[in-house]
Amino acid sequence: MAPPATSKPGRSLIALVVLLIGGIVWAFWPGSDSSVRLGLDLQGGTQVILVPQPVVEGTEITEEQLAQTVEIIRARVDGLGVAEAEVTTQGSGNSAAIVVAVPGVGQDRVVELVQRTALLNFRPVWNVLSPFPIDAAADPAAEGDSTADGDSANESSGDTTSEDTAANATAQDSADQGGVQSAEIVQSPENTPEFQAEVDALSCIDPVNLAGGTPDNPVEWLGACDQTGVQKYIMEPAFIEGVSVTDANAQLTQQGIGWVVTLEFDSEGAGALADASTRLSALPECGTGATPCNAFAIVLDGVVVSAPRFNEPIIGGQAQIEGDFNAQEARDLANVLKYGALPVTLEVVDITSVSATVGGDQLRAGIIAGLIGLALVSIYLLLYYRVLGLVAVLSLGVAGALLYLFVVIFSKTIGLTLTLAGVAGAIVAVGITADSFIVYFERMRDELRDGRSLRQACDSGWVRARRTLLAADFVTLLAAVVLYFLSIGSVRGFAFILGLTTVIDLIIAFWFTHPVVVLMGRRTFMQGGSKWSGLDPERLGGHSAIESLAGRSRRKRRDDYRNRAKDAEGNGDDAGQSDQQDADDSTEVRS
Amino acid sequence: MSGITGIGQRLYRGEVSYDFVGRWKRWYVISALILLVAIGSLAFRGLNLGIEFRGGADFAIPSATCSVAEARDVAEAETGGQTIVTVATSGNMRVQTIPLTSDESIALADSLGAACGVAGSDITVQVVGPTWGAEISSKALQGLGIFLVLVTIFLSIYFEWRMAVGALVALAHDLVITVGIYALFGLEVTPATAIGVLTILAYSLYDTVVVYDKVKENTRGIAGQSVMTYDEAANLAVNQTVVRSINTSITSLLPVLAIILVGAGLLGAGTLLDLAVALAVGMAAGTYSSIFIATPVLAQLKRQQPEMKALAARVQARRKQAARTASSTTKSSDEDAADADGSSDSGSGAKSSQQTASPEALRELARIQSGDRQQPKRQSRRKRR
Repeated sequence: MAPPATSKPGRSLIALVVLLIGGIVWAFWPGSDSSVRLGLDLQGGTQVILVPQPVVEGTEITEEQLAQTVEIIRARVDGLGVAEAEVTTQGSGNSAAIVVAVPGVGQDRVVELVQRTALLNFRPVWNVLSPFPIDAAADPAAEGDSTADGDSANESSGDTTSEDTAANATAQDSADQGGVQSAEIVQSPENTPEFQAEVDALSCIDPVNLAGGTPDNPVEWLGACDQTGVQKYIMEPAFIEGVSVTDANAQLTQQGIGWVVTLEFDSEGAGALADASTRLSALPECGTGATPCNAFAIVLDGVVVSAPRFNEPIIGGQAQIEGDFNAQEARDLANVLKYGALPVTLEVVDITSVSATVGGDQLRAGIIAGLIGLALVSIYLLLYYRVLGLVAVLSLGVAGALLYLFVVIFSKTIGLTLTLAGVAGAIVAVGITADSFIVYFERMRDELRDGRSLRQACDSGWVRARRTLLAADFVTLLAAVVLYFLSIGSVRGFAFILGLTTVIDLIIAFWFTHPVVVLMGRRTFMQGGSKWSGLDPERLGGHSAIESLAGRSRRKRRDDYRNRAKDAEGNGDDAGQSDQQDADDSTEVRS
Repeated sequence: MSGITGIGQRLYRGEVSYDFVGRWKRWYVISALILLVAIGSLAFRGLNLGIEFRGGADFAIPSATCSVAEARDVAEAETGGQTIVTVATSGNMRVQTIPLTSDESIALADSLGAACGVAGSDITVQVVGPTWGAEISSKALQGLGIFLVLVTIFLSIYFEWRMAVGALVALAHDLVITVGIYALFGLEVTPATAIGVLTILAYSLYDTVVVYDKVKENTRGIAGQSVMTYDEAANLAVNQTVVRSINTSITSLLPVLAIILVGAGLLGAGTLLDLAVALAVGMAAGTYSSIFIATPVLAQLKRQQPEMKALAARVQARRKQAARTASSTTKSSDEDAADADGSSDSGSGAKSSQQTASPEALRELARIQSGDRQQPKRQSRRKRR
């Protein structure tokens, strides 16, 4: 058996107090944010869980792609201007999930922002059509009808000018234009009946086609709707992919009236932009029935976000989109441009939107349930263990304080969020923490029943209980760690709190409960075996317990030992015999 | 209360001993019946999977003023699909529909709000794709598998493989019963339920480890004596920890019951309630199995060990010997022994038969293991301390 556990119980207590004070000072340092971060289920808000899918089927999503995606989504969500919005990944590879949590914001805005985080492409517009599906049998005149709608489209689309002004304009245009155009006629939609049929069948008045998520392969032609459903676009393969956008910002116009969106491209994008703008700006306006026409579509997730026309060729990789934007529209468009290009496609698998009222109710209910549970357990422990029960209740209190402290600290450092599942985990932990004390107290009582003194029982009972606690808590901790690393969603928050409370359980048992019990064991009140100590001999029932608790001094007891030893030897029951011998002899001694 | 303590005292000393291990047939039959019901309801009724596993949209309307029929009409008119409406005690209404898009769900929340006198933004909405639940479950199962492998390794090293098997049997027992209860009463299975089940996993093992640790302590060096069989030592361990088991299950269940009360009273159906129901069932099953299943299973496995067989034979032989000696001495020897023992109330425990371990034998073994610690006859042995 191991040596007595704590010879200096005061030290452990002091260590714990120092730890507590240190933690409190650090966590609640004036001026720093020391609130507990609450999950959306407790404060209201929207949580969206996304599962990334590789753009090319059958490939694995790399960690880099995942990190980049999260970065993009985070930037977009931050664009909402909500503090504490968070984007986290759970799991890895193709089974990863991205959790977007935005407190205090309704479902509509968050989902729109996040769901639209898909592939961004810049495509030359071939033609603009009416939003209605076209019967395949109808004559080509149907296309002409679309011109009626074309003008209204241009109003919302806005214009594009180069930032370096119109000086470097039209000289080289015609040459370029001719060359590219001749190459394209080969691929024009009229030459590929399947594509034509597809575009004809597309209905932009069906909201499904405006929600995004349509596959958008940049090297192929695309027929798609604009996001309001009033236009249908036929577009050539992309000339720039979203990754080439290095920056995009919403700015007030120089006149201070209205908003523009400025764009910057990397060198590859700048080259492509120069070519495309040179070619397209020479073409006739879209909506006039001419194909191809002068506009480029910004296509996000298979939906046309904006389709401005080129006023002039843009050389140098800097562009500006003008239009009838308000501040919000300009900012949203800039966000789309800046963060639109994701290396993966995202599938929305879960949307949870909790109103602030309900969130508050859940938090209150959790706290009330926790307090009621704590009160019930305290009453039970006090009734059953009396003064020892008081130690247990105190320990539970300290454990609760420590849990709160740790939650604050982890909120500050690793961004822990307390969710309803976590609250439930903490409430459940009340019982498991109480069990540590019960195991210890029962062991102590066993030791007393075996005839040990209270002081001895405090230590030897602890040595035995300690081993049980370590083994049992290790199993719980193992469960918590495995769950934390392998699970997704609310299970994770629960696992974290479960693991945290298990560690706290050990800290409290080792540094608080045991030292306090040892210190109390030195008081005469406990040694006297008072009825209220929880260790009174009457209730324990052991004769030897009565003896050891009867307040005798050690020396006196030792004297008793000696006297009895002499008696016993006189009776012929030799105490020096081995245990085995004793066991075998016992029947004879008795008879 | 003090009654329990008194019993605890006698349980500890082996004066009152309940034969948990020996009556394994009884416990197995009881458990088998419960398991049969659990598996039967699982097979015939199946689980009532929440929308997280089916896919769909869920609207929680606080203090709704509309009737169930009104809410259903609104939802079904708008979604064109089957709608389930439930009402909690506090007037909170829950509407579950077929899967919807984000926009559709916002529109329906507004319509429901208009019909039920609540602002649309106060309605808690959850929209889940049908694959998400499968993903959560497969992750959870993966975690479960890895955890079980690790815990088996740990238990095999810390205890022995037989104890690992016993603990896993008890664990499976608890999980099947909990899942069976869900099937039997048609309770909704949500991710919170999964959390509850995983907690039970930890709790059940925790409980079993505490009991097994005492068994390990009691059976240390057991092969080197002939007073007590493994079964009896294990049974003593269960008896000695039974007070702790009862206390622990009470303190664990009290907070869970508080959740159920508060959850049902204030919130209606929700994460907390789902979790608490699973926990209450699982904890009760966990306490039961650590006493009535885990240790008997362990004892049965141990019985196959040659050393334990030899030990049982030795103990048997020794008891026959003792019986012969006892019958040749005066009839009052039993009472004498009890008096010499010094415990006034040990008469009740002295009804020892030759076939089971007498309180004296239990104490002898305890003394053998703990050396100088346990001294039933204090007049003669106390000085050794």
